[in-house]
Amino acid sequence: MNIKVHVDAKGLACPMPIVRAKKALDGLESGELMEVVTTDKGSLNDFQAWVNQSNNEMVKQETVDGLFTFVIRKG
Amino acid sequence: MEKEKTTIVLFSGDLDKAIAAFIIANGAAAYDHEVTIFFTFWGLNTLRKDELVPVKKGLLEKAFGWMMPRGSSKLGLSKMNMLGMGPKMIKHVMKKHNALSLPQLIELAQEQGVKLVACTMTMDLLGLKEEELIDGLTYAGVAAYLGDASDAKVNLFI
Repeated sequence: MNIKVHVDAKGLACPMPIVRAKKALDGLESGELMEVVTTDKGSLNDFQAWVNQSNNEMVKQETVDGLFTFVIRKG
Repeated sequence: MEKEKTTIVLFSGDLDKAIAAFIIANGAAAYDHEVTIFFTFWGLNTLRKDELVPVKKGLLEKAFGWMMPRGSSKLGLSKMNMLGMGPKMIKHVMKKHNALSLPQLIELAQEQGVKLVACTMTMDLLGLKEEELIDGLTYAGVAAYLGDASDAKVNLFI
């Protein structure tokens, strides 16, 4: 997977993970991938809702040891 | 594509309520919404500069100015304020959990292009002048707010 930008939002509280992700996504072209890693427990539902509300797409979601990883394709 | 809109009326001047308003505003901005926060009555205190700004005022307006909190770092809690102990405790806990402070949330909102609108009518009532409020605000009344609110899907009164 060719990930264009990585966003490290570990340790950040709501609403920062989404704010950081949005900023990073703004810099991408349509079709490019972004990976976001968070530790905030709410971010699982947050990122799902956020992706559903846009024309972006959740390519992968993984939870390992309290680390949430999301790979999102810009729409 | 036309952007979605979100508006919030911040009527309260409590720290906890202002934090909630700014977290929602920043979240909505991350959703790429056009966000407006309309500050009226006690909510206006959130926008005050923390330093004393010398402006010409009447006695009553001066008294109001002295009695109301000067800026976002001076607000009290709506519950468990305990003469100012409560806000100190909540700020400590927020720092521990890596949550942004209210002044940081305001700065982030401005950076994200959230429109901060001060209600000029209540500014007059409370004797607040433009010079006493932070930079980057829009000054307007209820009609401007309703203009934004009528085509927004999310409208909150806090």
